[in-house]
Amino acid sequence: MEVGELKTKLNLEYSEMEWVSRTHFGGLIDVPDENGETRAQGPAAGRAVDLFSPESQEIERMNIGNSVVKGVIPTKSGEAIISDDFAERFSVNIGDEVTLFGSTMNGSMMFHNFIVSGTIRFGPAMLDRGAIIIDITDAQMILDMEDAASEVLGYFKDGLYDTEKAGLISASFNEKYSNVNDEFSPQMFKLEEDAGLDEYLMLADSMSGVMITFFIIAMSIVLWNTGLLGGLRRYSEYGIRLALGEEKKHIFKTIIYEAILIGLLGSVIGTILGISLSYYVQETGIDFSNIMENTTMMFPQVFRTLVKPAHFFIGFIPGLFAVVLGNALAGFAIYKRKTAQLFKELEV
Amino acid sequence: MLYKKLIIMKKNISILISILFFTTIGFAQTADEILDKVDKNMSAENRIIESSMIIHGKRNSRTMTSISYSVGDKQSFTEYLSPAREAGTKMLKLENQLWIYSPSTDRTIQISGHMLRQSVMGSDLSYEDMMDDRKLKDVYSSTVIGAEEIEGRKTHVLELTAKVENVSYHSRKLWVDADYFVPMKEELFAKSGQLLKQTTLSNIKKIEGRWFPTKMVYKDMLKQGDGTEFIINDIKFNQKIPEYIFTKAALKQ
Repeated sequence: MEVGELKTKLNLEYSEMEWVSRTHFGGLIDVPDENGETRAQGPAAGRAVDLFSPESQEIERMNIGNSVVKGVIPTKSGEAIISDDFAERFSVNIGDEVTLFGSTMNGSMMFHNFIVSGTIRFGPAMLDRGAIIIDITDAQMILDMEDAASEVLGYFKDGLYDTEKAGLISASFNEKYSNVNDEFSPQMFKLEEDAGLDEYLMLADSMSGVMITFFIIAMSIVLWNTGLLGGLRRYSEYGIRLALGEEKKHIFKTIIYEAILIGLLGSVIGTILGISLSYYVQETGIDFSNIMENTTMMFPQVFRTLVKPAHFFIGFIPGLFAVVLGNALAGFAIYKRKTAQLFKELEV
Repeated sequence: MLYKKLIIMKKNISILISILFFTTIGFAQTADEILDKVDKNMSAENRIIESSMIIHGKRNSRTMTSISYSVGDKQSFTEYLSPAREAGTKMLKLENQLWIYSPSTDRTIQISGHMLRQSVMGSDLSYEDMMDDRKLKDVYSSTVIGAEEIEGRKTHVLELTAKVENVSYHSRKLWVDADYFVPMKEELFAKSGQLLKQTTLSNIKKIEGRWFPTKMVYKDMLKQGDGTEFIINDIKFNQKIPEYIFTKAALKQ
């Protein structure tokens, strides 16, 4: 309730976010026959978003534009875009009239006729089952929700979710406007706090942490082994250098310096290449919609990477330290070589 | 001596068994008789009811008035008279089918399947509740489980268990006024034993030779809010109701 006033406050006090209102509603989509009686009907999973305001980014954000199968996105009041599966199943064509039947916010019966402007398919079955999308002003009118919405969402203007900032904003808002004794007072939640999402995100974070750790350990062993083998392969070279009178300590030092140089160069080149590729995928993403057609979870179909500060140095752990460690271990063999055995080896 | 004792014991056991047997029959008959009397008061060949429904929601209360015509438990027609938003909305029930007409869209919509379990106008009553007018005795087997006093009136407490498949509530507990044979309170349970709805009936009046409650308060126990009051402003039994009322054409008139 009083969403207009609430959004004005939010825009003033938390201007780093873009605040949008949405409404979810249920009911039935009823398709009439020529006598105006029920020909077919199915459950409706409705979403009302700002489709008409020129500054609204909801069409892009909800990927509505790319998901249209037939027709167009509603451009005026009284139009709706419905699930393509529903339209196919019940032979509903563009321009046909369907009736949305349900209850208003106050529980009164709600009937409203909509002209089908287009059909839509998001991909996930959950989203497509009975989907109907209308403009939020239409929803406010038919659901008796004048100046009301199901939820007000805040989006970071750079498009990237920052859990720490979100936590600070929600804590500050709740301190000012939320009243635990008033069930109708507004409450702000972080994304993770919404419907147990926190557990999923923690699980995803833990899994990704485990995978990164295993990858670093595996790469470290490979590079350490490379360094070790590289050092051992130069066994004869070290023998000649020792025979020529070079000090063991000097040979060891040069091995370490070489390893540092190679490790640094490799890590820098590897980091540049890795970050460039990650940045490319961050900007363009990889579309997995074809292989996720039957998924029942609601999440984006385009997967993206995220370049973080840690990525600039994490590659140096296996790249530099493992190579130096491998070479150092191989270099210890120099100290164990005895002059008599050395001449014998060189004769061979 | 021992033989005599055994004969006496045998006689006592036979008497006890006979008492238990006849007592059980007696209770079953009493429960059936009570339900018969309840059905005689509550059911009619046909009736016309003008009523007000006050829905006490979480945020506010709403009142709507309607007029209903019904014949037996197979046909009924309801027209909502107020408030303005609901005025002209009509419902037609024929057998186990339900249609709703909305004047704002000029559409007749058939309600079926799980939608029948949805609330009517946001009240604590579902479409199924409104549609199910069958006599209790036809649907439930009953036993008397005791006697209690409600608001100073003696009541029989009956436990009803469904004996047919297509019922909304698997069991009911019914408090029936011992003098008027009208339900005063009812609790409706799911098969799991969970209490789903509670109804209290009051303002019992003698109308056309039968006792009838004119105020009912329904409470859906799974829903927030303070329940729904159903007040009968006027009720007429065994009237002549034109046949055309129970047709889909009547919805658009």
